[in-house]
Amino acid sequence: MTENDVVISCRNVWKVFGDRPERLAPRLTAQTTAEDLRATGQIAAVRDVSLDIRRGEMLVVMGLSGSGKSTLVRCLARLLNITAGAVTVEGRDIGRLTETELIDLRRRKMGMVFQSFGLLPHRTALENVAFPLEMRGQDRRSRIARAHEMLALVGLKGREGYFPRELSGGQQQRVGIARSLAVEPDIWFLDEPFSALDPLIRREMQDEFLRLKGMLAKTIVFITHDFDEALRLADRIVLMKDGAVEQIDTPERIVMAPATPYVAKFTQAVDRCRVIRAGAVAQPVQGPPPEGTALPGAETLHALARRIVGDSRPLIPVADARGGIAGVLDRQAALDLLLGPVA
Amino acid sequence: MKGRSLPEGGRVALALLMATLALVVLRNLLPDPLIRLPQTLILPFADWINAVFAFARDDLGLMRVTRAFSDVVEVCLDVTANLLYGKSRWPRLGPIPWVVIAASAAVAGHALAGWRLAALAGGTFIWIAVMGQWKWAMETLSVILVAAPFSVALGLALGMLAWHSRRAERVLNPILNIAQSLPHFAYMIPVVVFIGVGPKAGAIVTIIFSVPPMIRMTLLGLRAVPAEIIESGRMSGTTRLQLMTRVRLPAARTELLIGVNQVIMQSLAMVVLASFIGMPGLGQKLLQLLQALKIGLSVEIGITIVLLAIVLDRMSKAWAVRQPSHHDEGSGWLQRHRHLAVWAGLVGLGFALVTLHPYFAVVERAQALSMAGPVDAAVGAFIDMVSPVTDWLRWFLITWVLIPLRDGFLWLPVSAVLVFLAGIGWAVGGPRSALICLAFFLPIALSGWWDRAMITVYTVFVAVTLALLIGVPLGLLGAARPGRARRFLLICDTLQTFPSFIYLIPVVMLFGVNDVAVIAAVMVFATVPIIRYTIEGLRSIPPEIVESAQMSGAGPGQILWHVKLPLAVPTLMVGANQSIMFALFMVIIAAFIGTQDLGQEMQRALSSTDVGKGLVLGFAVAFMGLMADHLLLKWARGRGT
Ligand SMILES: Nc1ncnc2c1ncn2[C@@H]1O[C@H](COP(=O)(O)OP(=O)(O)OP(=O)(O)O)[C@@H](O)[C@H]1O
Ligand SMILES: [Mg+2]
Repeated sequence: MTENDVVISCRNVWKVFGDRPERLAPRLTAQTTAEDLRATGQIAAVRDVSLDIRRGEMLVVMGLSGSGKSTLVRCLARLLNITAGAVTVEGRDIGRLTETELIDLRRRKMGMVFQSFGLLPHRTALENVAFPLEMRGQDRRSRIARAHEMLALVGLKGREGYFPRELSGGQQQRVGIARSLAVEPDIWFLDEPFSALDPLIRREMQDEFLRLKGMLAKTIVFITHDFDEALRLADRIVLMKDGAVEQIDTPERIVMAPATPYVAKFTQAVDRCRVIRAGAVAQPVQGPPPEGTALPGAETLHALARRIVGDSRPLIPVADARGGIAGVLDRQAALDLLLGPVA
Repeated sequence: MKGRSLPEGGRVALALLMATLALVVLRNLLPDPLIRLPQTLILPFADWINAVFAFARDDLGLMRVTRAFSDVVEVCLDVTANLLYGKSRWPRLGPIPWVVIAASAAVAGHALAGWRLAALAGGTFIWIAVMGQWKWAMETLSVILVAAPFSVALGLALGMLAWHSRRAERVLNPILNIAQSLPHFAYMIPVVVFIGVGPKAGAIVTIIFSVPPMIRMTLLGLRAVPAEIIESGRMSGTTRLQLMTRVRLPAARTELLIGVNQVIMQSLAMVVLASFIGMPGLGQKLLQLLQALKIGLSVEIGITIVLLAIVLDRMSKAWAVRQPSHHDEGSGWLQRHRHLAVWAGLVGLGFALVTLHPYFAVVERAQALSMAGPVDAAVGAFIDMVSPVTDWLRWFLITWVLIPLRDGFLWLPVSAVLVFLAGIGWAVGGPRSALICLAFFLPIALSGWWDRAMITVYTVFVAVTLALLIGVPLGLLGAARPGRARRFLLICDTLQTFPSFIYLIPVVMLFGVNDVAVIAAVMVFATVPIIRYTIEGLRSIPPEIVESAQMSGAGPGQILWHVKLPLAVPTLMVGANQSIMFALFMVIIAAFIGTQDLGQEMQRALSSTDVGKGLVLGFAVAFMGLMADHLLLKWARGRGT
């Protein structure tokens, strides 16, 4: 398998809520607007979404509240049946899976963290985490051991016997995360998984998350409202508005080359230097490359700020991943980006 | 309506009410068919129902099905009867000594809700044993012990069916509405036809009677499970069955257990009444004693029934609200299962006591305590003291209020009543409600039981009016302070758990066996919900509204009259609705102390096992209740709570 093969693919996916939306299915085209549907008393939560998610990729879904993020993810997991279009997972149209096949897919491949946790109130934290394993028919001893391990991973050692109602919101969320990881899913859906955590733990979980991601090569769909979080974690970002995709691109391009005015507005407040990597703004070398040490191209300008300020060369060389010279950075332009243009 | 122009619907309603007035005023000029429906219009509903039943029984072989079911029930009954009071049937282990049962009840009480419930539960069983009522109480309990699980299982199954399929729900819903407003006796007659009389029939009628609330709570609980919990279950790879048994049902635990609580309370109410179809136990004893006017002894039985009701209610409610909580790290088996250990110890101790003295196994009749003598003496003295008043009151009420009122109700032409109800319906909810009222009341006229029905209406009318006159002021008094309101509500809650039969004891004691006693019993029973909902209504008023009225300079009286009462009225209407339902149930039960209404006919139908007649009468009562329910709730909703 190549690095780039597609795990999940959506083709013109629609999800319409209302009475008997399936009647509408044949009439939904890219031109249908939310207003058209609202006039008939239906709500289009997902509108004509097409996207591909590659193996090992981390796709972050962003958008305002009510823009259809959770609904989109539910369609990918077929928790909701889509109104029109097709979702394929590993080459199989999940709309056509039989119930047994779908259950099997979820037991082996998928994990999900829910926005409001979705813990079973009558089971302890440990039993909640062990639940998917139990459904899979794993024997008691090994699933308990695995659940202990997972709870320790999310920092809940000692709380195994607590019931959800006895845990704080952040702790419940961590139980949810542990549960979704228990089956070692290849595809991992996370609906605002860190929203209930305090900044300290959130940061820790993000680090842990990046580590896991590097280690396990999972395909991840991650919903968040927090742009910084998205920038830290995302390979690509999907920006949604009223159920439709506004732009799907790398964080850098979302910030630097917004496809629509809406995206531009959405990313307005983002500190560009935290996004832009030195490699991306480097110009091709003309003539002999400047002397001295090169800046690593994969770092953001923000991370390199001290070195750029301290460097006196007008053109600073930038190294690519293999150590060769990728280009040169115009120091003045970089300083303008970092500090704002001279008044 | 002063000065305001009437809306369209109001004008029609007014016209209908004027027509009523005209019909009443001109009554003596009306042609006969408008006063009472002519015999040719009376439809033989009873014959039709009997034909259907005969068909079901003989041709469809329903008899065999019911017999098979009742045989299963009988086997279970034999087991509990053997264990609880030593009936000589398999497994021939019983009777369990009363000390053991009392200790078990106390431990269960403690496990569920702490020391107070432990004392109440243990104390109740000690009382029962010491007063020599053990066998009767165990006869009653042995039936509940069998009937309640059957009801719960049936209710769960039907509730899940209704949840699963819209169509099933649409079929079940109206059936449940009628079932929950059918008086107890209406259930008994078909059961007597299919099963006969005795404990088996008592158990079956109890099972059927207690199912509806379980169906409702199952449906409610399954609907209320948060979507994300179900989705998380599905993402864990559950099959449909796993999702139901391991996610949906456990997550609906509280609602389901409240359903269980309602089943238990309904079972107790029915088991006590099932004495009318030969069910032995506390109910039968009470019935005999009341009929023989042995007040002291019936008070003793009454106390037992009340205590049992409170214990069963508190225990099952405590079970419902109990939330699981974790055990401390590293606690041993004994610490985790403290109650089990204590229970085992106490059971051992109980059996040891039994070997010391047989008193601890069975209290013989001669050893039983009784307070009937002193109670009779005290009641006698009390009656002697108040009898001048009560006798006068009885005479006054009967001669000057009740009989004239009853004659008045009977005097009303059928046409006037129907037009009046249509008018009220129209005023409350437009043409739809008018039609609904007619649909409920016209069949009563067509059934040929009009006069009996009017006597029932009159009894309920008088009782509920009195209940309002007494209940609303009591509610106002109760709501005056928060602490007092809580106490009042607790008392009301407790009173509502008593089987209706109990309310007959004090009124028979005071008034003897006559019309006034019936009205008094119905009234007392119907007052409880009024008090309760008056308090609830007043309590739920947002404090800001009262404060703003105070700032406008309104005095306490003005605030009560212009602010609080109007705001509390919609809630109060819900109370009045419940009050009418209770009154209808009670009127029918009170029949055996002498009434001439539908209840009396129902008793006759019961003794002659006339299913058709019994069900027609039952439906008549249910329809009255459902009509009142529709009108009051529609109106309360229109007022916008
Ligand atoms: N079951 C449903 N029935 C009807 N409408 C729904 C349903 N679920 C979602 N919607 C509607 O679909 C739209 C998208 O909802 P969704 O939950 O996907 O938003 P979201 O982007 O996840 O928002 P948030 O950030 O607040 O979680 C909303 O307008 C919502 O009202
Ligand atoms: Mg969401």
